[in-house]
Amino acid sequence: MSDVIVIEGGRVIDPASGTDGVRTVVLKDGTVAAVAERADRPAGAQVVDARGRWVTPGFIDLHVHLREPGQEYKETVATGARAAVAGGFTAVVAMPNTKPVNDTLAVTELILARAAAAGLARVYPCGAISRGSGGEELAEYGELKAGGCVALSDDGKPVMNAALMRRALEYALAFGLPLTVHEEDLQLVGKGVMHEGATSTRLGLKGIPGQAEDVMVLRDVALAELTGGRLHIAHLSSAGAVRAVREAKRRGLRVTAEVTPHHLTLTDEDVAASGYSTDFKMNPPLRSAADVAACIEGLADGTIDAIATDHAPHSLVEKDVEFDAAANGIVGLETAFPVCLALVRAGKLTERRLIEALTAGPARAFGLPGGRLAPGAPADVAVLDPQAAWRCEPAALYSKSHNSPWKGRTLTGRCTHAFVGGRLVHQADGEKR
Amino acid sequence: MNASDIGEAVRRLAREVADRARTAGAADSLAIVGIRRGGVHLAARLRAELTRLLGHEPPVGTLDIALYRDDLSARGAAPVVGPTDIRFPVQGTTILLVDDVLYTGRTVRAALDELVDFGRPRRVWLAVLVDRGGRELPIAADFAGATLAVADGQDVQVKLREEGAAEDAVVVTGRKP
Amino acid sequence: MIGRHKHCIALEDFSREELLQVLDLAVSMKEVLRRPIKKVPSLRGKSVVNLFFEASTRTRSSFEIAAKVLSADALNWTSASSSVTKGETLIDTARNLEAMRPDVLVIRHSASGAPRLVAEHVGCSVVSAGDGAHEHPSQGLLDCFTVRERLGTLEGKTLAIVGDVSHSRVARSDLHAFPKLGARVRLCGPPTMMPAGVERMGCTVHHDLRGALEGADAVIMLRIQHERIGDPLIPTTREYSKLWGLNAKKAADWLKPGALVLHPGPINRGVELAPEVADGPFSVILDQVENGVAVRMAILYLLAGGEPAEAKA
Repeated sequence: MSDVIVIEGGRVIDPASGTDGVRTVVLKDGTVAAVAERADRPAGAQVVDARGRWVTPGFIDLHVHLREPGQEYKETVATGARAAVAGGFTAVVAMPNTKPVNDTLAVTELILARAAAAGLARVYPCGAISRGSGGEELAEYGELKAGGCVALSDDGKPVMNAALMRRALEYALAFGLPLTVHEEDLQLVGKGVMHEGATSTRLGLKGIPGQAEDVMVLRDVALAELTGGRLHIAHLSSAGAVRAVREAKRRGLRVTAEVTPHHLTLTDEDVAASGYSTDFKMNPPLRSAADVAACIEGLADGTIDAIATDHAPHSLVEKDVEFDAAANGIVGLETAFPVCLALVRAGKLTERRLIEALTAGPARAFGLPGGRLAPGAPADVAVLDPQAAWRCEPAALYSKSHNSPWKGRTLTGRCTHAFVGGRLVHQADGEKR
Repeated sequence: MNASDIGEAVRRLAREVADRARTAGAADSLAIVGIRRGGVHLAARLRAELTRLLGHEPPVGTLDIALYRDDLSARGAAPVVGPTDIRFPVQGTTILLVDDVLYTGRTVRAALDELVDFGRPRRVWLAVLVDRGGRELPIAADFAGATLAVADGQDVQVKLREEGAAEDAVVVTGRKP
Repeated sequence: MIGRHKHCIALEDFSREELLQVLDLAVSMKEVLRRPIKKVPSLRGKSVVNLFFEASTRTRSSFEIAAKVLSADALNWTSASSSVTKGETLIDTARNLEAMRPDVLVIRHSASGAPRLVAEHVGCSVVSAGDGAHEHPSQGLLDCFTVRERLGTLEGKTLAIVGDVSHSRVARSDLHAFPKLGARVRLCGPPTMMPAGVERMGCTVHHDLRGALEGADAVIMLRIQHERIGDPLIPTTREYSKLWGLNAKKAADWLKPGALVLHPGPINRGVELAPEVADGPFSVILDQVENGVAVRMAILYLLAGGEPAEAKA
């Protein structure tokens, strides 16, 4: 296999360097050697015909659940990494709510070892904010950082204790780690299972008001101000939370945020339309049209830095039950691009902003390498066909789990090739070039 | 049969019923039950005639047999149910069941099953305007206005003024093979 | 079938004509219940299985009687387990019962959407006897039947529903049915008990009982349960009773002559409804019980009478 790859004829979209136009991209020895209007084809180079395609930095997903260790029947680091590259994601941040929780070097090293063995997407482990994510004692951030963690989270749960959150933000400063936080006030959430509103009333399901998220975002923004710490709001979903982040940025606080593809495109009405389908149940829940509009606006104006899927695989055991009893979450690595592309087609987002939110935005938010296609950058590249139509069904997905609200639908847009460190790690079916 | 045939048939039926009732000593315990829907108006007409003949007004009721049909499972949708209205005691009464057309006999069978769920009648007589033959059960009319020889593929309908027809008529449609 | 429906899960799905189909048939069914021999052979050889995951003697018995009057076989299967506890899942339970070939599965469950989930996994007809706070279709229908029977029609009538609407599946079913039949609905109770966006279901919301009862043709009182810890919606039942409970004096002073008082039962005597009112001249609560059997007979007859659904394929 050649170490040189030449990607020709594609439209290179690299917001980090401001590039948007047809270019030839040359990858050599694992880094980007050139991005130019014309480039020679070295002898023996592997050529990829990217005409009609987009060529972008490999996407970075700041929020995925790989379920290993502990729940390998839902997903493993290997299958998750395979699903990632199929979706155009060459790097993912793995959330620590595994079994056991990733609050030690041992678990961090396990995840990195599995990722290395798979040799597909880069996996950056995220360590826990508190021991066992129990919300009471700080985990050992020094050890976690040394082991390779790039961020800290108790995802799946909020840190209800404000004093602990304050100390966590402060202590993490020593290690340059951002805290990515799952924001919900558990008392306000109660036994809620979907967004509180006219739809939850009609369906007879207990509701979760958007303010359950807002109160915690506001609290943590205040704590970020107090401590000067780095705060990243995970899976933002409510208009109030978007406003809080916008205001925090305006005031110069170190606050960043991410939003999922489903919170940009689906609403609580979709839960009703689906007939109580648990593929529409996740936390935070799908909210009102006004919340979705606020999230889209927040993404477009830069309030929200990144699109992150919150890829949460669950098996039929957890999902094929009544709505109240179902686990929260949907898979998202393989559907993120086409789902978000629909926003571009609808004129709600520019192509550049979309790609930025999948590449430079996440890289900047967590201080990760990658997210750009300039010479010298790691050769993590995605080749995308924005016109390719494909049916989202279990047979077409690489993830072990198939809990997706888009199951059975035809989506437009897919990743045809993915390169990590200059190696081809994904080629879509039917791709000859 | 035309309008005047039908009128004459109803009067004759009433005379025959009255005679039989007197002979059986049942004139005072006679009650008329029309089978929905074709027998309802005929029952009312017979009642008017019998009132004249007997000197008193026999009670009249209506029976809807939908819930007692024997062909429920073979039909597509459950048959539409209409009102049954029997307000007099059935026990010990001489019941005159009335229907417009007697054909397979299944409607009368269902009516009999339903009737006895109200009580045990002293006896049941069956009066029909038209007996078209084609019985599938051992059921016979005690009083028949007319007997028509009609083939299986043909349809016999009784149209009455009370239902909005211009005039009374018995209409046979379809062909003899 | 009720109209185009193979199942009776939510009155939200039913058109006005479909609601009337059930109500009009229930008139005939009620007549059967008044006969000396309360049995008709219509559903002979058919079976109705009651799958109740929530305890309920009255609704279950009502469905059982309805089935038996129609000569169907009725089987009761009670379970405390749901998919949450370690035991057989809802779907597995339903499938196991379906293997015994019932014609109708009547299901009551604490999770909204459970009957729909079961209906997706079995071939027979499914009737919901109540799911979470979502709907209780036969109750909604019997409420309509009761009011219509007493007042002659529902067109232009005003109905008030008083109590904890947020937890009430009965209120939601009533909210879907009554307006389709021409009635106006008012909801009344403390603000904490009025769920988000409920006006969008086609009603007005009142916090004052007197105003809500003014000119009302019928009042449905809902049962109040007070959770002291967790998420309290009222401070005490004492205060609730003072402000929203219906006692004899309020009934006499505020209800118009001929108004009807209904309650889905069981009644918390003295909390939402005083005994004198429950047993008094406005009350049609016992009618509701009798009408419930007639309405359930109508539902079972329409769904189980006729060709079994599998035979069509």
